[in-house]
Amino acid sequence: MAKSSVTTMSGAMVSRAIVDSFKKLDPRIMVKSPVMFVVEVGFVITLLLSFDPNLFGGNYGPHSGERAFNIVVTVILFITVLFGNFAEAIAEGRGKAQAESLRKAKTDLSANRKKADGSYETVAATTLRKDDVVRVIAGEMIPADGEVIQGLGSVDESAITGESAAVIRGAGGDFSSVTGGTKLLSDELIIRVTANPGESFLDKMIGLVEGASRQKTPNELALSVLLAGLTLIFLIVVDTLEPMAIYVHGKIDVATLIALLVCLIPTTIGALLSAIGIAGMDRVIRFNVIAKSGKAVEAAGDVNTLILDKTGTITIGNRLASEFVAVGRHTEKELIELAVLSSLFDETPEGRSVVDLGKEKGVSFVREKYHDAENVEFSADTRMSGLTLVDGTMVRKGAVDAISRHVIERGGSIPEDLREKTDRIAMEGGTPLAVVREKEIYGLIYLKDIVKSGMRERFEELRKMGIKTVMCTGDNPLTAATIAKEAGVDDFIAEAKPEDKMRLIKEEQALGKLVAMSGDGTNDAPALAQADVGLAMNTGTPAAKEAGNMVDLDSDPTKLIEVVSIGKQLLITRGAITTFSIANDVAKYFAIIPAIFLYVLPQLGALNIMALTSQRSAILSALIFNAVIIPLLIPLAMKGVKYRPMSATSMLMRNILLYGIGGVIAPFVGIKLIDIIITWLGMANI
Amino acid sequence: MTFSGVVGIITVVALVLILSIPLGGYIHRVFTGERSWFEPIFAPFERLLYRLIGVNPKVEMDWKVYIKSLLILNFVMALFVYLVFRLQGVLPLNPDGVPSMNWALAFNTAASFVSNTNWQSYAGESSMSYLGQMVAITYLQFTTAATGVVAAIAFVRGVVANRSSSLGNFWIDLIKVHTRLLLPLAVVLAIVFVGLGVPETLQGAASVHTLQGASQIISRGPVASLEAIKQLGTNGGGYFNANSAHPFENPSTITDVLQILAMALIPTALIATFARFIKNRRQGVVLYVLLTSTLLIGAFVVYANEAIGNPMLHHLLGLSGPNMEGKEVRFGVGLSSLFTAATTAFTTGAVNNMHDSLMPISGLIPLLFMMFNTVFGGIGAGLLNILMFLVITVFLSGLMVGRTPEIFGKKIEAREIKLATAAMLVHPFVILIPTAVALVTKAGTSSILNPGLHGLSEVLYAFTSAAANNGSAFAGLNANTTFYNVLLGLVIMIGRYVSIVAMFAMAGSLAKKAVIPESVGTLRTDTYAFGGVFVAVVVIVGALTFFPALAIGPIGEHLQMWAGHLTR
Repeated sequence: MAKSSVTTMSGAMVSRAIVDSFKKLDPRIMVKSPVMFVVEVGFVITLLLSFDPNLFGGNYGPHSGERAFNIVVTVILFITVLFGNFAEAIAEGRGKAQAESLRKAKTDLSANRKKADGSYETVAATTLRKDDVVRVIAGEMIPADGEVIQGLGSVDESAITGESAAVIRGAGGDFSSVTGGTKLLSDELIIRVTANPGESFLDKMIGLVEGASRQKTPNELALSVLLAGLTLIFLIVVDTLEPMAIYVHGKIDVATLIALLVCLIPTTIGALLSAIGIAGMDRVIRFNVIAKSGKAVEAAGDVNTLILDKTGTITIGNRLASEFVAVGRHTEKELIELAVLSSLFDETPEGRSVVDLGKEKGVSFVREKYHDAENVEFSADTRMSGLTLVDGTMVRKGAVDAISRHVIERGGSIPEDLREKTDRIAMEGGTPLAVVREKEIYGLIYLKDIVKSGMRERFEELRKMGIKTVMCTGDNPLTAATIAKEAGVDDFIAEAKPEDKMRLIKEEQALGKLVAMSGDGTNDAPALAQADVGLAMNTGTPAAKEAGNMVDLDSDPTKLIEVVSIGKQLLITRGAITTFSIANDVAKYFAIIPAIFLYVLPQLGALNIMALTSQRSAILSALIFNAVIIPLLIPLAMKGVKYRPMSATSMLMRNILLYGIGGVIAPFVGIKLIDIIITWLGMANI
Repeated sequence: MTFSGVVGIITVVALVLILSIPLGGYIHRVFTGERSWFEPIFAPFERLLYRLIGVNPKVEMDWKVYIKSLLILNFVMALFVYLVFRLQGVLPLNPDGVPSMNWALAFNTAASFVSNTNWQSYAGESSMSYLGQMVAITYLQFTTAATGVVAAIAFVRGVVANRSSSLGNFWIDLIKVHTRLLLPLAVVLAIVFVGLGVPETLQGAASVHTLQGASQIISRGPVASLEAIKQLGTNGGGYFNANSAHPFENPSTITDVLQILAMALIPTALIATFARFIKNRRQGVVLYVLLTSTLLIGAFVVYANEAIGNPMLHHLLGLSGPNMEGKEVRFGVGLSSLFTAATTAFTTGAVNNMHDSLMPISGLIPLLFMMFNTVFGGIGAGLLNILMFLVITVFLSGLMVGRTPEIFGKKIEAREIKLATAAMLVHPFVILIPTAVALVTKAGTSSILNPGLHGLSEVLYAFTSAAANNGSAFAGLNANTTFYNVLLGLVIMIGRYVSIVAMFAMAGSLAKKAVIPESVGTLRTDTYAFGGVFVAVVVIVGALTFFPALAIGPIGEHLQMWAGHLTR
């Protein structure tokens, strides 16, 4: 999906969400959220009472104001339900908009399918089945998910990744997987289809972003149970209040009881719960990561161990010059001059890094001066590159053994300390490049793995979250140790084979830990499946993508770290709004209980600490506050509570202060304000 | 409040803490099978018992078998004592000729004693034979206390188990609580009580001639033995109707202090035992501090209100001074206040003063403590309730720190929350609904002694006491009617067994889970920050639920009293 697709709420989205919130009033849909269902039932009862205030007994005359009061309560309850539905609809709206743009990529595709006799026929893409073979020519859309079995070509995958740069796809290896709905830009590919209609990657994505295939996550399920339990408790509280009132010769009308019930049950979290879940998935998607289930996102928040590949994840893929080591009787200055000269026209990252390091050490040449020199590019054959100057002088840099052979062939001698210094660099995990002028070796360039900037800090953050990082690399233990130390990971596996990853995951899991990893190759697939969170790269093989429970469309393995944060944020948001919702009850009790017993127990007025104007304004203020808080918290539910890595206890303190204590105080202020407004409008004695 | 009163309260509570820590360690050793110096005395005796009842001490039980054994034993015991109560009139050891009980009273009493509640709709001296006192009452005061202890221990075993289903062996555990904990303590305490003037005899009531020349019948019997286990097992069911206010049950200040110590000892020690089991001293310390503070706050609120006394008396009659109605002069206001707080915090239910006569806010405290049921709580059951609220607290706060909540290394998932919620629902269900029913039926209201809000408190108190398995009464309410006997009996049973079964199912589910190692990201439960949240959850869930009832009960009564409003 295009990154720019839907980042803000558009007017169209809001109006569609409003329509949807009415559609969701259907009790069959409402019953899925027990808390809000109770509000809807309350609404129906007060609606009936608005027509006949004495429907359930009572003796309210036309001048008692009971009908008007019932109508007002009915309206507020209706709005409360709508607010809840709106929150869910607006969260779904984003996904729907994204799904639509995805669907566009899918429509009206046709395919050239290979017939049994080897010729091709044109069919609709929807008729393609697994193991069909199709041919795609430059400029055509790839009709289905598949694996390239023949050919090589560049593919525009922006429809799903939002990344405009084309990617290369070809037969064999880890870059053979193509996605339906993407466009072949060059050449021709023969593809074996790997997914039946409706099961393709795009279909799955559409289902996910639409929220259609959304299932309640384990934590959401547990929270729903708790909320239903609390609702039941408050139903008992309210139902038993009437008999107690009768005993003290009081009388409470049904609308007031329903108002009290709705105020006490956790409507705030009940209304926002599914919106929080949907928005959490949506945040993951906006990071261009497709989570196959909400459970995977939640699990990401719980991860204890993170397994990361070294190359491309922790280090940038290329090695860069970090040091010049002179050999024999040559000085460092001579070596640097020669090294820079050899790399003057070398456009590889390694070559550029040599020039840059030379500049840092005060050596630079003006390229124009050497325009006439012949640039010799690196070839697999010679394994060296460099310049042949106008006077015929050969300046080369290259693999130490290749250079040594080059020197010996020309009758030169190998400096005695070359071997020892080469070994040192290799031992430390670097790659040595020898620099030679004619038949004289001047020294070595120390090429080193470079840890991506900011990785150290991120690992530090992870440590603060209590997550251990393990680096996996094919390097020898010494090299691995050097990089591990530099990057600040907690542990590493050197000379790692895919089985080692698997073993590590199982070991950690046996200790009760949750493990996350990323991978792209087919040989990563078992480990991806075993890991609790397996982030597969979109560039990876179909097997890897099938095995992981998340797919990163940008193929950036460091995204695991973001996904962990989002997973945590999702839980925190739920916890914070639940706490807020329950804490709100304190103020609501103080508003409603004295109001209910105003006439039979006037002394209870002492509990009316907010000094609310009248019985009815107190009840309505509490009820209005209860409704209004829902849309006020929608932005928080959508954006998620801010998450900063810190110790669990300080985070608990912070969130309790904000949402617990805040949740006790806020309604006191809010209810009082609403009461002032009601009084000012002259509606306090409705 | 007097200085000596304040110091007295603090000293007694401090004594409880000091004694409970080593006892907690001892209980831990008993249940982990560590050898103690009691070994040579008890082990052969226990082995004999195992052989007699045909128990293989090596068999381990999962939660279902464990709870089944517990429930079957409880059912059989209930049936047995029911028959004793129904037939005591014709059975031996009945020198005073006490008649058999009717079915409702017998049901109520059996339910009450088999569940460690000890709610008494009867008056001991006139309605219970010596046989009943000994083989029904005193016997159950041992076994039901033991049942509470083993339930808590089995749950804790589930918490610390790593991918196992075994919670121990019910019969072994039950016998060990008797032989190694309750019997030794009770024997020593009973002898001390005898030395301090509590009677222990099988002779019938004494007939004496007073100085005025009149003759008086003075009830007596095997009191000291019952008294010891009554407190140690947080039972609370007294020998006499006046319970620990009676001079034979509780003759002096020293016996009074001993009684408070005895009732507080084991529930408090179990917290220390729990901390040993989970190998987390700090957790124990945090719980000790929070629960002790709550207990002290409660005790001082009662003390303050009692010390101030009734403003109406001052207003109408010019009387001022502490509220002495329903109190024994020999204990004074301070010790009476502490007794009131302790007997409800530890859900014992013994009383040394009449709670019905307390000032309204003083009456609110015992109500609240019983509603919480977690301020140490009753023997075993208290720890279970604390753990239930810990699970809920961990769930909420775990979400707030962004991790799937875990308690002591065990993940809390939908099943645990479902069971904790079920346990949490029990109280509102069995307190509010029966109270409401009683308040609007003739059968319910006709037993109420005082009109107005105080009457509501009487009914609310009765059902709260039954639900919390406390057993203390807010006297005033005539509970010996078919209506109250049956309803209270049912409330007692639901209050005891539904939450135990729910908690056992949770223990079974926790036991099977792998222990997750602690990391920086783990939410620690042994901090005061978490402890604060725990208290807030207990208060909001445990008490806010009852706020409307309390508002028109004791709170309303308090406000009316200070507004000078008299209920007619």
